[in-house]
Amino acid sequence: MSLEQFKDRNVMQNYTYIPVDKPPVKPMDKFKQVMKRTFKGELFVGLWVVFREMVKFDIHTVKYPLEKLPVSPRYRAVHKLYRLLESGYERCIGCGLCEKICIANCIRMDTRYDENQRKEVTEYTINLGRCIFCGYCAEVCPELAIVHGQRYENASEQRAHYVLKDDMLTPLDFLKEGKQQEYPGFGATSPNADERIKKTPLAY
Amino acid sequence: MTFTAFAIATLIKILVVLGIFSALAGFGTYLERKVLAFMQRRLGPMHVGPYGLLQVLADGIKLFTKEDIVPQNSVKPIFMIAPVIGAATAFIALAAVPLLPEFTVFGVTVHPIIADINVGVLFVLGVMASGLFAPLLAGMASANKWGLLGAARTAIQLLSYEVVTGLSILAPLMLVGSLSLIDINNYQTGGFTEWIVWKQPVAFVLFLIAGFAETNRTPFDLLEHEAEIVSGYATEYSGMRWGMFFIGEYANMITLGFLASLIFLGGFNDWGFIPGGLAIVLKVSFIFFFFLWTRAAWPHVRPDQLMWLCWKVLMPIAVINVVVTGFVLMM
Repeated sequence: MSLEQFKDRNVMQNYTYIPVDKPPVKPMDKFKQVMKRTFKGELFVGLWVVFREMVKFDIHTVKYPLEKLPVSPRYRAVHKLYRLLESGYERCIGCGLCEKICIANCIRMDTRYDENQRKEVTEYTINLGRCIFCGYCAEVCPELAIVHGQRYENASEQRAHYVLKDDMLTPLDFLKEGKQQEYPGFGATSPNADERIKKTPLAY
Repeated sequence: MTFTAFAIATLIKILVVLGIFSALAGFGTYLERKVLAFMQRRLGPMHVGPYGLLQVLADGIKLFTKEDIVPQNSVKPIFMIAPVIGAATAFIALAAVPLLPEFTVFGVTVHPIIADINVGVLFVLGVMASGLFAPLLAGMASANKWGLLGAARTAIQLLSYEVVTGLSILAPLMLVGSLSLIDINNYQTGGFTEWIVWKQPVAFVLFLIAGFAETNRTPFDLLEHEAEIVSGYATEYSGMRWGMFFIGEYANMITLGFLASLIFLGGFNDWGFIPGGLAIVLKVSFIFFFFLWTRAAWPHVRPDQLMWLCWKVLMPIAVINVVVTGFVLMM
């Protein structure tokens, strides 16, 4: 494609014009139009359609607080912090990538070395009032430690409730019951990742 | 019957009619919401009481406890009295309507009509027509441009369609030869085939159309059409004053249902195996349902189309209908 063609903004569109009759001007034509519309039965078609829907009783209402529509696994709602399945340690290694990549600048973390010289996260807060739920933190996390959950009802009495680490972290008893579902969503590995993995040749 | 007995009986009837029809007007809002919801594949009110039945009560509490706002620049006495006119005329119109056939309670024969005047139709139509002062005064007094537009539309719409109502009802009246609603009812004693609607189908259709316009229902709900003039004459109203407009509108719908049933659909005569009292309730219910049905199905018309329809289509047809009826009666 040449540059000239590329610069041509007069894009031809295949619009189809629906033929519309000119509105009647003469009184007699107006009268004829009304008569035609009156006796064509279109009004009764309308009556029939709504009556049919009433009798079919195919109700589409979702009674929201009692019923909820399923949320896609890739939906990006309030974050969750995961634990390691066997040991119950926090998965977060305190690398700080999420803090760096966060474009809304709402993640803040404090780390220190614990007695085993392992990085430990002492503070981890996400200001959900500022978070734009872009999903970068979940995508960049090398350990799948921070993921987006499905909890979209985040109304609260205080802003401080938006930042608590304890709310995001999987509770230990919850983990022991095996309720921590592996994350299928944003930034996660595909379900068949084991098959697709290519072993690194150790010996050359 | 002594005067005291008459006074007490009339007073009881008035209280019963007032109570029942206020409740029916409230229940009508529930029915309307439910029917509209079902026609739009929704559930409607569901949470207050079983199937949302107590929604009416909740709405009532809300309306009664809301602040009664009177705008600063409004003409206050008129602003405050206008809704009362709306509700009052709607109920006064019911005074001359025979609601049910005669029945006997505790050995007393009850005529379920408050005032059996011999010009019943005139009285009912006249009082219903004077109900136009409610939206007119409300809109003009509320110092609001939407209110003023609503009031102007009231004046043109209700006055114009009053003509169609009168002319359309004239033809059946010529057949019956009486203005009393009871006489009109008794004219149709012969059963299904004796209904006036078979003799005057055009008048029936015209009367229904005009009735929609006069009760301000959907194909002709220009007085308070939301997309154009916010809420029309009722824009500045809130709380119970607005509620009175609402009660008046629903009471008018029921009155119109009674009128159409009595004049055209055989009234409270026995209908096959159905006793008369039940028959008229069924007919009125159907007409009420028809009001809601059209609201779900039909779009509304433009004001100029409305006027055009009234003066250039419906009125000539009504006049021709009267003339033809006259010739047929002479022959």
